[in-house]
Amino acid sequence: MSDVRRRPRHVWAKLLLLAMVCYFLVPVWWLVVASTKDAPGLFAGSGALWFSGFHLFDNLGDLFTHNNGEYLRWLGNSVRYAFAGGVGCTIVSVLAGYGFAKFDFRGRGVVFALVLGSVMVPLTALVIPTFVMMSNVGLTDTIWAVILPSLLSPFAVYLMRVYAAVSVPDELLDAARIDGAGELRTFLRVSLPLMRPGVVTVLLLSVVGTWNNYFLPLTMLSSSKLYPLTVGIGLWSQLASSNNGGGQSLWNLIIVGSLVSIIPLVIAFLTLQRYWQGGLAVGSLK
Amino acid sequence: MAATVDTRPSTPRAVASDPPGTAPARRRSARRGALGWLFILPFLIVFVVFLIGPLAYAGYLSLYTKGLATGTTFAGLDNYTRAFGDPSFRKGLWFVLRFSLVVIPLQMIVALVAALVLDEVTGRLARFSRLVIFLPYAIPAVLGALMWGFLYSPSFGPIEQLASAFDVRAPFLLSQGNIFYGLLNVVTWQWAGYYMIIIYAALQSIDSSVYEAARMDGANARQIALRIKVPMVTSALTLILIFSLIGTLQFFTEPQILGPIANGTVTPDFTPNIYAFNLAFRYAQFNYASAISFALGFVVFVAVAIFMIVTRKKGSIFT
Repeated sequence: MSDVRRRPRHVWAKLLLLAMVCYFLVPVWWLVVASTKDAPGLFAGSGALWFSGFHLFDNLGDLFTHNNGEYLRWLGNSVRYAFAGGVGCTIVSVLAGYGFAKFDFRGRGVVFALVLGSVMVPLTALVIPTFVMMSNVGLTDTIWAVILPSLLSPFAVYLMRVYAAVSVPDELLDAARIDGAGELRTFLRVSLPLMRPGVVTVLLLSVVGTWNNYFLPLTMLSSSKLYPLTVGIGLWSQLASSNNGGGQSLWNLIIVGSLVSIIPLVIAFLTLQRYWQGGLAVGSLK
Repeated sequence: MAATVDTRPSTPRAVASDPPGTAPARRRSARRGALGWLFILPFLIVFVVFLIGPLAYAGYLSLYTKGLATGTTFAGLDNYTRAFGDPSFRKGLWFVLRFSLVVIPLQMIVALVAALVLDEVTGRLARFSRLVIFLPYAIPAVLGALMWGFLYSPSFGPIEQLASAFDVRAPFLLSQGNIFYGLLNVVTWQWAGYYMIIIYAALQSIDSSVYEAARMDGANARQIALRIKVPMVTSALTLILIFSLIGTLQFFTEPQILGPIANGTVTPDFTPNIYAFNLAFRYAQFNYASAISFALGFVVFVAVAIFMIVTRKKGSIFT
């Protein structure tokens, strides 16, 4: 009986879901369609959401060869920054979160309160002073200017502290200690495997954070050789809109370049969804 | 770091003065204490160099002015009185405050409704929708803004094409009067899915026996959603609210990217962050730009603190 009653309600729920799917998918759908068009097709007066002609491979060829293949260089830079910044940030944050959760040391409360308070500091407000500091030591316009500040994520530390507290039982640590395992060994062999979903979540969040960052590299880097994709495509769009008409072919590159650059992260999220969905749950619980 | 040095010599003393029975336990926990510092040390270094350092440096820079003729001179709080009296800064601040007041509730409602529906409906459509709604989070804000910029375009965007099919002109969502709504849409699209996943994860972790009990008491699905589910995810909602408040007040990427397409709607003082960026890199006024950054940071900090005091209750994340 309750089944019969539930059915109409779920129909509305499903319609609502479909509407949401359409809304969230429209820009991506448009991007896919537009990537297959040549310049005249793109700027035709109608049919922006449907295919006309198939020039995807021409566009890809143009994309990878434009200006001596600067797109590929930007892609490589993005991968490098996201990997170094993301992995580095994860290591630093996992160690710290574990330290805060599982060790009792003097000053822990004060330091952790400081870290929590700093979650409220808007990180972009630090970009300009960081730039001035970096330029004093001659590090601006180097890869370090982008990677080093990316290592900082107070929220990741908070998340890992909660996660370590929930997922690593103290009894297990004591048992490992009694067996004579050192702290580092215990951490690597016992705790780390238990914290895996949390670690993957923090890794994904920090990789995405670095991959998507725009303000920091825009500020720190002046030579386009070092740009990540976000800043590079931002530059293209500025060039394209500043010379209306002449920039039409550049718009094609921007579109197909955007499509290529969102693929890696989408794949990462799809393949790792089992981990991050669980990891986020714990972060929002406490 | 000084404390690492501190704890070691104190160990033997603590052991010596303790009753014999507790000595081994104490010794172990003291050793663990020193190791605890080692675990957080790498983070502490990053924290001091890239958070405390720039913050202190910004504070220091903001107390000085640099003139071509006068050189660097101490200015006290002049930069701040200038900042809070600066119509450009006030205009930008007013814009982001107004924008937060609209965009945050909007995002949260979209995220909450999506999460509640996804918590109720199961099956292939639900799984697919969950991923699609989350998808924009994996897309850089730069590209999200560019895509919507295209969709808004009056010359070849689908919105205009749809409108012209009905013989009307669609509003250009990046014009002076409409850019508020244009940006509202971009930001909601970009972030609602991420917030949805956080709420959804919190909903999934609720023990379903609670619903059974409520159903036995005659509660219907809407009552369960509003009276049980929503209150049980308040801490997730608080977390989201704080994050989106911090994020929105620092608004930079989307207007910066849409600026060239929007034909001058995005002024160099559109938001405080854009203003600080332009002061620093167009006009080389690093001291005043630091003061603006610091003042913005202060406003964000105060806004979040006020919010947390107002909503303070047990179980919220920062207690």
